[in-house]
Amino acid sequence: MRAPMKPASLEVAGLSLSFGGLKAINDVSFSVEPGSITALIGPNGAGKTSMFNCISGFYKPQRGAIRFDGEDVSRTHPPERARMGFARTFQNIALFRGMTVLDNIKLGRHAHMKTNIFQALAYFGTAAREEMELRAEVERDIIDFLEINHIRHMPVASLSYGLQKRVELARALAMRPRILLLDEPVAGMNREETEDMARFILDVKEEWGTTILMVEHDMGMVMDISDHVVVLNFGQVIASGLPHEVQENPQVVEAYLGSGDPAALMKRLAEEAA
Amino acid sequence: MRIATANETYLADEALLSTRTQWAWMGILALVLIAAPFVLNNYWLYLACLVAINVASATGLNILTGYTGLVSLGQGAFMAVGAYTVAWLEANVGTPFFVNLVAGGALAALVGVFVGIPSLRVKGLYLAIATIGASIILQFFFVNWSSVTGGSRGINVAPATFFGTQLTTYFQLYWLFVPIAALMVLGAANLFRTRVGRAFIAIRDRDISAEVLGIPLLRYKLLSFAISSFYAGVAGGMWAYFFRSVSPESFTIVESIFYLAAVIVGGMGSILGGVIGAAFMTLVPEILRFGVEIASPYVSNAATLLSPIRTVAFGGLIIAFLVLEPQGLAEIVQRIRRFFHLWPFKK
Repeated sequence: MRAPMKPASLEVAGLSLSFGGLKAINDVSFSVEPGSITALIGPNGAGKTSMFNCISGFYKPQRGAIRFDGEDVSRTHPPERARMGFARTFQNIALFRGMTVLDNIKLGRHAHMKTNIFQALAYFGTAAREEMELRAEVERDIIDFLEINHIRHMPVASLSYGLQKRVELARALAMRPRILLLDEPVAGMNREETEDMARFILDVKEEWGTTILMVEHDMGMVMDISDHVVVLNFGQVIASGLPHEVQENPQVVEAYLGSGDPAALMKRLAEEAA
Repeated sequence: MRIATANETYLADEALLSTRTQWAWMGILALVLIAAPFVLNNYWLYLACLVAINVASATGLNILTGYTGLVSLGQGAFMAVGAYTVAWLEANVGTPFFVNLVAGGALAALVGVFVGIPSLRVKGLYLAIATIGASIILQFFFVNWSSVTGGSRGINVAPATFFGTQLTTYFQLYWLFVPIAALMVLGAANLFRTRVGRAFIAIRDRDISAEVLGIPLLRYKLLSFAISSFYAGVAGGMWAYFFRSVSPESFTIVESIFYLAAVIVGGMGSILGGVIGAAFMTLVPEILRFGVEIASPYVSNAATLLSPIRTVAFGGLIIAFLVLEPQGLAEIVQRIRRFFHLWPFKK
């Protein structure tokens, strides 16, 4: 069976990121329990994707720490984080269009493989052995698990959007994740595809025990599958807690829907104008 | 028609040649390559050797430009490094030709790594210009470092010796170059079955997300430069043994453009494409010349009239293939394959 990866905890402490004068993230702190599903939600421009990019190492935050199992990783480069067990999917699918589904998934394992250039040129021997071990593992634990057997040899460019998202999840799983970062896993999907994806995410949690942090706009799905919800607005945490607690939080409702109170709106506009 | 492939092991599923038809074709190709030197005249053997050299170099450039997406116009200069290394070793050390070729490749790889450093910052046309800049610097060394390179007059190269036999005829060199080129093509094909090749393609398709997936960009871009220029260096070494003299005029920017054109015409990011492209670019001008010779009894003054047309026709063919087959000549082969997979159920 699959060698279980120990799920990791993640703690973001006092993180700030600004682009010139724009504060994308302002002193944000939250934590993700090992083996849980945590959702990061908020209106457009709240800083969710910036947060993700800090966690996966794209952006270097100016202040604060990102602790992975208690160890600060905020100064490490993306490839090192991949080796530690950070795996992510992207909001706009980032599959490699020139490769088949299988090669895309295998690519996820890159950081954990050892074949060097000379072994690769010769192929037979070490490289073939490592490739075959990977292939067997990918087939058994990932392709069957995500029900993508029928498309494994197809080029990714020919797949539907929903399937491409699933292949991206497969690639992230091939990275031996200790924490899985999902950036809008069901964005742009129809109801059926969304339900499939929600089921796969829950299955990953149940069977792999992986810690999951996701950004998502589909509130129905967030409320259904998350253990913990963190709400960002204008780069700050405005609420966090269990799904139903967050749902009833007046600040969250206001961030999403506006206050519904004309007097409050006028007051806020007056304040902003001043 | 092919119904399905029923492989029982993953090794069989990931083999380079998976169907019987492919094995049959490869067998036919091998037989043709073995029979060719006994059938061809000296002139066509000369061309066959040249194709082998160009296939090796174009395959190397395909790894860098076709698969890793780093456009280089330095392939000619890297070949020159290999050629000069071989020439110098022959003249001053006298090591066996095999050692010389590997040394030529290794030195070219080292130079390639330095030339590749700007690739972390620039890509596309900018990188192409940067590699031209590097070629100009190398050219300067070839001309001015007279004690090693023989200056603008160049150096003569002693023939390769194989167990005491000097390899001087095209027939002998054919048996040296074709197996080396075949091994190099096989190596390149193997590369893209492993994590190294996948990393190259990932960098070409989306370099930023490749990094998040655990691929250190700088290391792999430089590795791609190193392999590509190793191929160029070995090809340049073969070139030195073939023409038996190396001078700064041997490898100009035109050579680099020739290889880039071969890769584009053949098919970027396809091993078959590099091979077909190199063969096409080398042989088509000769085949056209053949056409002129056939036409000459019927057209008065054919040589003066048709020779310019030959050059124009070659250029026109390149343009035609780029327009009609932007994926390269390899795509035509793929299309024929697909046709026969479905035949006779789909017309």
